[in-house]
Amino acid sequence: MSLAVLPAAPDARLRLGLRAGLGLFILLLAVMPLLNLLPVSHPLHVSDFLVSITGKWICYAILALSLDLAWGYAGILSLGHGAFFALGGYAMGMHLMRLIGPRGSYGHPILPDFMVFLGYQELPWYWLGFDSFPFAMLMVLLVPGTLALVVGWLSFRSRITGVYLSILTQAMTFALMLAFFRNDMGFGGNNGFTDFKELLGQPLNTTAMRSGLFYASLLALVLSFLLCLRITRSKYGRVLTAIRDAESRVRFLGYDTTRHKLFAFVLSAMLAGVAGALYVPQVGIINPGEFSPANSIEAVIWVAVGGRGTLVGAVLGAFTVNGLKTWLTSAAPDLWLFVLGGLFVLVTLFLPKGLIGLAKGRTK
Amino acid sequence: MSGGRRLYLDGVSVVFDGFRALNNLSLIVEPGELRSVIGPNGAGKTTMMDVITGKTRPTQGTVNFGEIDLTRMDEAGIANLGIGRKFQKPTMFDALTVFENMELALKAPRGPIACLRWKLTGGARAQIEQTLEEIGLQERAQDLAGILSHGQRQWLEIGMLLMQDPELLLVDEPVAGMTDAETEQTAALLVRIAGRRSVVVVEHDLEFVRALGRRVTVLCDGSVLSEGSIDHVQNDPRVIEVYLGR
Repeated sequence: MSLAVLPAAPDARLRLGLRAGLGLFILLLAVMPLLNLLPVSHPLHVSDFLVSITGKWICYAILALSLDLAWGYAGILSLGHGAFFALGGYAMGMHLMRLIGPRGSYGHPILPDFMVFLGYQELPWYWLGFDSFPFAMLMVLLVPGTLALVVGWLSFRSRITGVYLSILTQAMTFALMLAFFRNDMGFGGNNGFTDFKELLGQPLNTTAMRSGLFYASLLALVLSFLLCLRITRSKYGRVLTAIRDAESRVRFLGYDTTRHKLFAFVLSAMLAGVAGALYVPQVGIINPGEFSPANSIEAVIWVAVGGRGTLVGAVLGAFTVNGLKTWLTSAAPDLWLFVLGGLFVLVTLFLPKGLIGLAKGRTK
Repeated sequence: MSGGRRLYLDGVSVVFDGFRALNNLSLIVEPGELRSVIGPNGAGKTTMMDVITGKTRPTQGTVNFGEIDLTRMDEAGIANLGIGRKFQKPTMFDALTVFENMELALKAPRGPIACLRWKLTGGARAQIEQTLEEIGLQERAQDLAGILSHGQRQWLEIGMLLMQDPELLLVDEPVAGMTDAETEQTAALLVRIAGRRSVVVVEHDLEFVRALGRRVTVLCDGSVLSEGSIDHVQNDPRVIEVYLGR
């Protein structure tokens, strides 16, 4: 009796093709900062604008990956993933604010400008430690992770799923936005943080630093992708898929689905936090607008357009939709929201598996 | 099965909004026994399964498995105790292959980290392949569960139960919608399984219950109406009145 023993890969060729395509794409991204160094007149010159906006998109792609892990695999449709991204960004922002030191407009040796302006006498306790890079990086992971742990534990254990969980996460990001708008929260209120000077002893406004952040983001994207790949191809990934499709059945198999979902949700929130932390020094500002519910919904659309539950699709969707957004918001700014909404409707109705599904259909 | 535990239900009642789905139900299933449970619609068969598996809490009464009080445990805990359940409607993971479905069901550490680190060993693979052969699905191992026929889905579900190495198997309407040949194969499969484990089969199909040829319990209005061999219950006037005579 001979049995085919390896788990099947019905569309192995397509998968290989997609991986190769992604590899090529990463390579293309990797040479962008180098091409930027060429003289402006050179045909292969890449503009500063394109490099900096691509750096942002790379961070969005990490956010999309984190959302795909939660939604595409575990079936947790979070409409508040932007909150984890923003919290990671705020943790990084606090570090950058502390590094400004006496170079602020008010010249206070420790307090950031907005605190001097608001009449703070000393640093609030929750700002302590953020002058240390390792501590700030730890917070980039721990703050979003802890929020996901609390929100996830409360909802998963009460068996809140589907649309109710989506509404709950949306309310979470909205509540955080309102809270961060308040001046007395100690996070700069409406204006958030900006005027960053340096990171790791290097000034932020140099070409070398910009390239460094670009490559750090690219590396983070590659590592996140490999981590998600490792997770989704393990038995744990198959448990998540099973939970997505028939949670109570998984429970009857003896799996504590609350723990499994929580693990995925917390990991996903941490990845989103990393994306936010890499985003902030590149754009030079973080404010409560990052918590806006629309941001989280946009992230869901990236994943839906690319094709959820495929990882490659999340990355593809983040770049495609953001590319479209950048082009359209300058070409026809009033149209963008309609296009975004229309895109979501179209994908939901005609392309449930997104752009990746389109490619699958063609290979068959 | 080492020793084996008996399933013991005594005076179990379940009340939903004033409706008594189970009414003072008592039932004992000995280790290794194959028991059929029949009864008209609404007799409480599925509610009885729900109570044993922890999906529904009894309003009153005792539900023990060996020395363990099942009414104090949740579904996952009861499943890990060695009580497996096959639902009326086969539920499996259509996006995974038959083999992967079996692998998820295989008795192994269930935590996220353990699953992340899991490697399919030769022993585990052999165990899965052996069970696939037992349920007649070895040829379909690499197919997605979503494309199996109705009968094959029922067998896969039974196979997934067997992977958990249960002491007690609850099987809800295994042959509904099956062809005659499939029904026969299913009866043979369940008879093979019993002995090493206790099996409780809930079924409408009397021919099938006859093919199983073991002790039969008739439920009606949430309690036991009659119990004994298939010939005994078929000749019981009360059973004829409420169920068979219709």
